[in-house]
Amino acid sequence: MGGIKRRVLSMPFNIPNFVPIIPELFMLSMICVIIMTDVFVKQEQRIITYFLTQFTLVITALISLSMFHMPTTITFSGLFILDPIATFLKLLIYIAGFFVFWYSRDYLGVRSIAIGENYILGLLAILGMMVLVSSHNFLTLFLGLELSALPVYAMVALWRESVDGSEASMKYFVIGSLASAMLLYGISMLYGITGSLDMRVVANTLAHTDLSSNLFFMFGLIFVLVGIAFKFGAAPFHMWVPDVYEGAPSPMTLFISSVPKIAAYGLAVRLLIDALPGLHVQWQQILIVVAILSMALGNFAAIVQNNLKRMLAYSSISHMGYMSLGLLCATPDGYAAGLFYMLAYAIMALGGFAFIVLLSKAGFEADQVSDLKGLNTRNPWLAFMFLLLMFSMAGIPPSVGFFAKLGVLEALIGVHLIWLAALALVFAIIGSYYYIRVVKVMYFEEPEHYKPFTYSKDLAVAMSINGIAVLYFGMFPDSLISICRAAFQ
Amino acid sequence: MMFITLTNYLIIGAILFGLGMAGMVVNRKNLIALLMCVELMLLAVNTNFIAFSYYHQDITGQIFVFFILAVAAAEAAIGLAILTVLFKHRKTVDVSQLNTLKG
Repeated sequence: MGGIKRRVLSMPFNIPNFVPIIPELFMLSMICVIIMTDVFVKQEQRIITYFLTQFTLVITALISLSMFHMPTTITFSGLFILDPIATFLKLLIYIAGFFVFWYSRDYLGVRSIAIGENYILGLLAILGMMVLVSSHNFLTLFLGLELSALPVYAMVALWRESVDGSEASMKYFVIGSLASAMLLYGISMLYGITGSLDMRVVANTLAHTDLSSNLFFMFGLIFVLVGIAFKFGAAPFHMWVPDVYEGAPSPMTLFISSVPKIAAYGLAVRLLIDALPGLHVQWQQILIVVAILSMALGNFAAIVQNNLKRMLAYSSISHMGYMSLGLLCATPDGYAAGLFYMLAYAIMALGGFAFIVLLSKAGFEADQVSDLKGLNTRNPWLAFMFLLLMFSMAGIPPSVGFFAKLGVLEALIGVHLIWLAALALVFAIIGSYYYIRVVKVMYFEEPEHYKPFTYSKDLAVAMSINGIAVLYFGMFPDSLISICRAAFQ
Repeated sequence: MMFITLTNYLIIGAILFGLGMAGMVVNRKNLIALLMCVELMLLAVNTNFIAFSYYHQDITGQIFVFFILAVAAAEAAIGLAILTVLFKHRKTVDVSQLNTLKG
């Protein structure tokens, strides 16, 4: 008896290395603190929740930043990986989340939407994304994906008076669940062939298998890609994007359009580059179709839209097409170009949707293109900021959008897909029409009234930072591009 | 003597998954049925995982199933919560009535 007891006590149990998950642990404990604080503070002091949320994001970002130069570490029996890509994507997620919460505070306050809950759900989603971009096993990947998706469904439905919000939330929920079921089915196939959920083992097994004889691989790959395309909102799995973007309250649209897309890039990196590099010939062909369809559909459908949110939604579909152009090169340069595109897109999407949040007043949503009429006479600075964002989305130099497109095209030419680069260029020219139309409405049409436009100083600062970032990173993109390249070395 | 092979289980999984997907596409009447279809698809995935796990004599697949079950429960909870919000506004759970957002 004594012998057994001693053996049980001395059972080897390796304590995993906790250092790489400190950001996640800190975020999780702060979320618990914020939930309790939000429950116990008085209604008029609930602004504390907002400041705690922003504080959490800043501190987590500092922790992650201090880990930037750590060598690649795999811990928790291969469940979790910390590498430069993961850290870089996490930093982008924090920054985007910080700006989203900054922009949405006033909007939520004026409309008495449950403020505290919004921040808590947002932080939970961000926690899920952190797990997702650091996953090294299909199990953590799935759990991170679900944790990043479920709070967002609830966020969209958070404004209870909004009829469209509940409909958008339902559509988002159904299609999001469908996407995760597809992804899981694909993962179950990959598990069936390789007998492991660990990405490195899957990649190694793939490298030693004759692919031509095994249809299961293709089966699994296609389901996985469908799941990824749903999460990106790329055509032909884009149906939810316009409806959800239009129906969700503007701050939530702001969140959905920027933060989860960065995490979706992490999802694609983990699945395609870490787990399935051996199938790159196959996924390259599928991604070419996805990219062409997204660019075509996004750009053509955006032309006829009068609703600004819907127009930006279609434009985001086309941007996802350009981003996958980088991914499908299957070279480190291509991945870096895709990552830089995603970064540029996140800055532009933040600015674009924040603009709608900013123009909206209590009881009035500025989501029509005609609401922008003559904005230049009412508030020249704001109009100039939006002009920069629109030019950047169209890819006009010197803005960050130009260098993003340039990088992607360069990577495409590097792998001799010149026809695809030319096609992308044609779609970019078609796409510039509707961005420039917005600029024309702002600058050359008469406003309906000349009342100067008022908004809080707080938001003006955020908007200015965002607009100037577009210009700054357009003029000096070197540092960011080299970070993106370094992440994939 | 009949043996149940891995293929049989996979066929069952595929049929269940197909039924769930077909239900989502065909169903135009009831949102609750849509939620049930999502659950059915996840259960089909579970069947696959268990079959493969037994085939490989590897326990991780079965552990994955527990996680999927837990997440499916959370998903159902959120889905039904959204459904109640929607029902308060629309007084219906008809899928074809969800048409204010389009274009």
